[in-house]
Amino acid sequence: MAYAPPPSVPRRGAATPDRGVVFRIRRCDGPGKPSYWQEFEVAVPRNANVISCLQQIAANPVTAGGARTTPVVWDAGCLEEVCGACTMVINGRVRQSCSCLIDECAPREGDVVTLEPMGKFPVVRDLWVDRSRLFHGLARVRAWVPIDGTYDLGSGPREGPATQAERYVLSTCMSCGCCLEACPQFNLEPDEGRWETAFIGAHAISQARLFNEHPTGSQIKGERLDALMGPGGVSDCGNAQNCVKVCPKGIPLTESIAAVGRSVILHAIARFFRG
Amino acid sequence: MSQHRVIVVGGGLAGLAAAARVAEAGLPVDLFSVVPVKRSHSVCAQGGINACNDVARQQGYSEYEHFDETIYGGDFLADQHPVLEMTNTAPRIIDLLDRMGVPFNRTHEGYRDLRLFGGSLFKRTHFAGATTGQQLIYALDEQVRRCESEGKVAKYEFWEFLRPVVREGRCVGIVAQDMRTMQVRAFRADAVVMATGGCGMVFGKSTNSVICTGAAAARCYRDGVWYANPEMIQVHPTAIPGADKLRLMSESARGEGGRVWVPRRPLDERAPRDIPESERFYFLEEKYPAYGNIVPRDIATREIFDICVNQGLGVNGGNQVYLDLTHKDPEVLSRKLGGILEIYEKFVGDDPRSTPMKIFPAVHYSMGGLWTQFTRGSYAPATPLPKHRSASPPPIDARPGQGMLPGAPNNMMTNVPGLYAFGEVNYAYHGANRLGANALLSCIFDGLFCGASVVNFIRNDAPAGNPAADLPPAEFDAGEKRERERMNALLGTVADGRPDEPATNPYAIGKELGDEMTAACTVVRTGPRLEQCLRRLGELGERFARVKLADAAAWSNQSFAYARAIGDMLVLAQAIARGALERRESRGAHYRTDFPDRDDATFMKATVARCDARGVTSVALDPIDASLIQPTARTYGKKDDRKDPGKAAPAAARA
Ligand SMILES: Cc1cc2nc3c(=O)[nH]c(=O)nc-3n(C[C@H](O)[C@H](O)[C@H](O)COP(=O)(O)OP(=O)(O)OC[C@H]3O[C@@H](n4cnc5c(N)ncnc54)[C@H](O)[C@@H]3O)c2cc1C
Ligand code: SF4
Ligand code: SF4
Ligand code: FES
Repeated sequence: MAYAPPPSVPRRGAATPDRGVVFRIRRCDGPGKPSYWQEFEVAVPRNANVISCLQQIAANPVTAGGARTTPVVWDAGCLEEVCGACTMVINGRVRQSCSCLIDECAPREGDVVTLEPMGKFPVVRDLWVDRSRLFHGLARVRAWVPIDGTYDLGSGPREGPATQAERYVLSTCMSCGCCLEACPQFNLEPDEGRWETAFIGAHAISQARLFNEHPTGSQIKGERLDALMGPGGVSDCGNAQNCVKVCPKGIPLTESIAAVGRSVILHAIARFFRG
Repeated sequence: MSQHRVIVVGGGLAGLAAAARVAEAGLPVDLFSVVPVKRSHSVCAQGGINACNDVARQQGYSEYEHFDETIYGGDFLADQHPVLEMTNTAPRIIDLLDRMGVPFNRTHEGYRDLRLFGGSLFKRTHFAGATTGQQLIYALDEQVRRCESEGKVAKYEFWEFLRPVVREGRCVGIVAQDMRTMQVRAFRADAVVMATGGCGMVFGKSTNSVICTGAAAARCYRDGVWYANPEMIQVHPTAIPGADKLRLMSESARGEGGRVWVPRRPLDERAPRDIPESERFYFLEEKYPAYGNIVPRDIATREIFDICVNQGLGVNGGNQVYLDLTHKDPEVLSRKLGGILEIYEKFVGDDPRSTPMKIFPAVHYSMGGLWTQFTRGSYAPATPLPKHRSASPPPIDARPGQGMLPGAPNNMMTNVPGLYAFGEVNYAYHGANRLGANALLSCIFDGLFCGASVVNFIRNDAPAGNPAADLPPAEFDAGEKRERERMNALLGTVADGRPDEPATNPYAIGKELGDEMTAACTVVRTGPRLEQCLRRLGELGERFARVKLADAAAWSNQSFAYARAIGDMLVLAQAIARGALERRESRGAHYRTDFPDRDDATFMKATVARCDARGVTSVALDPIDASLIQPTARTYGKKDDRKDPGKAAPAAARA
């Protein structure tokens, strides 16, 4: 799979009439069922995105060959690239389907748009995959600030704008999984029992950095580094840097991996001397 | 005796805050959501969250003024005591979020930065970039994940709430369905908290997420829970028109200095930058010199609507006006508004730092919702006070318990004991119009403050000696059975017809529902049009009874779930239209051209909708708690003498 950098947004002029675009969709009726391809032709208005085309297909599920079929199933929420739900592989590149404009992924008449489910997560149905493992990764690195409780105890630590800016970027991770889909070290693992030791992926390593850098969050830094020291931790990263290229939020994942890698080494040395 | 449990339906800000608070008190929580909670609609909130703060306080602002603004902004329809408690609690909520690690924007000295928002003359809105909702929900999601890993919360994600289970008048659980396996199952609980958010999808396209169908609230309503002020639907003045969604352009764009204008000459075809200042009509600034571009939403919406629809002054003659930030420093814009400017750039293709944005109003928020109760706090002036003079000393301090009694079991409980409603799904705080950046506050406030009420209800009230786990199975089995029958009936429609027939296609019915509600029940309403709308809803209901699906699969069947929700949304739509028809006045977001004035004598009351066994709505007016502030005319210092733009004669008649 080739992962091109995100294309720049082309200028669009006044509205033009709808044009026909063919969608080639890899479908699957459920876990353990074989996958198959179907094509749909959709009349696409200007500024349409992939989701609005899927909505058309759902309302009128007829293939390009004129055969009736079932509506294609997919996952979506915000429709403005902030919830991460609608992630899929479009023309070979993993990205959010809501922010994928047709004028951008199929600019010319006769272009075909290929839609596939993410390959690193088990398919539920069609384009909908089960990303529970991603959230499991967050629990694995204790991606939270261990506060004393929700009662009134005054404000949090003061923070300069530079630190805030750094934390804010890390904190925009929407758990979409693009970085996992693109990573050569992260593989499909349907067996939940192995999630604790399989490679955790860039998103969770970056979250560990986020919370390690917070004054209260750093209180359990050791636990996070323990989790990232063992099998499936930061040393499993092969430094291929695919993750950072596909992250839609521009999160500096390789910086995070490097930072956590250094902390893990220091942590390991300290533990060695403590015995 | 078995252990007590709490069910929270919905994992947005309200549901997560409730789950954290209840779990912390030692009661196990089952948390249901149609999406992984981290992807809930709350992530969409951009602008910020309001609270009195040290800087504003030293300029004369107070929690009390925040309270006064909220009541005035809501056009005197909200019960006043709960709002007082919310605004008094707000600064402590910000502190808590700060402790959870929310990356609030900072000043050079490291304090929380503030921005200006609609309906206030003080900077009292805290923000984290232009994705405040995302940052707040992530902080709560992280805390709840922590509870989950400690075994205090169990998540049921991709589970859809179908109905409450009520036994002898008390809510003792829910029926829900796994959206993947389609298993229908009853769950027992000693209290159920509905935190299922708003209903934007009833209007087809809105600023809401696609999951904001309102179906969960509709299912409660159908089963006997009252629904209050359904007609109060907020239309946000500034959204980006789109084929699948009307994406919000946050009020913070105006708070940071964005100016709304149109060319003075109709159909002026020049590029915006070629139009000199003198030929631009900054209509909000001219009419409202004090508030200018940050007048509250309903007013801005009607003015924009008036400019485009009545005066024909929309940009290029269309339904759009400019929202202009190009006079601001691009670097500051990127730092403070980066997220929302990117949305515009991504979906429209122009850079708002150099080209004015084109925007138009869109359905945004439901002030109405499930009817809830509360116990008044200690503040009881002899007579309601006149409107608070801005920056004058407040009559009371902000100690807890003056607005609502902390821990009272009925705080935000519906008319069904044991069934609560928190967040956007209730009607409690925003009256006839919500102020920007007050929703996130009300959601988290509900979860935290009223979460304690849930705990007390269980420990001291009906469930105390009689946990739901020990009840006989009859009602649970019956609930499951009814939902299975409903499912099988819908799935059974596949074999016998052509689903692409528009008359019976669920997507076609859904689209027509949205179009009709947008046309009849948004910015401008009239009696005859609302009556027509109710007839149309009746027809759509009849068509829905004959709906045909295209997919009979008993596995992850999305179009089935969509169709089922449409059936429930139709019931809610009826309540919205009926409420709008019966409220023969104009107040806040509800604007009737045939009754353009506010009528406090008759209508300073809550519309309470009740649904009978056949799904038919009837409404009554219930008194509200207006014991703290006297109502005044809500003018926002408007300059010209026309009462309201919607009343204006069409452009042609005046020219
Ligand atoms: C674009 C946009 C921007 C906004 N910006 C701001 C802002 O800047 N400041 C502000 O104060 N407010 C803002 N608001 C309003 C605010 O975001 C919402 O009112 C608030 O987030 C609602 O939170 P909630 O917890 O009530 O519900 P939601 O966040 O909508 O969560 C609802 C939950 O219920 C679940 N659910 C729904 N139905 C079911 C069902 N049948 N079964 C099971 N689970 C179900 C969902 O999965 C979800 O977890 C904005 C709103 C929009 C649309
Ligand atoms: S740098 Fe590491 S985490 Fe990122 S893609 Fe490469 S192997 Fe995966
Ligand atoms: S790090 Fe980026 S690509 Fe990975 S899950 Fe987060 S937002 Fe998605
Ligand atoms: S639907 Fe939320 S990211 Fe696309």
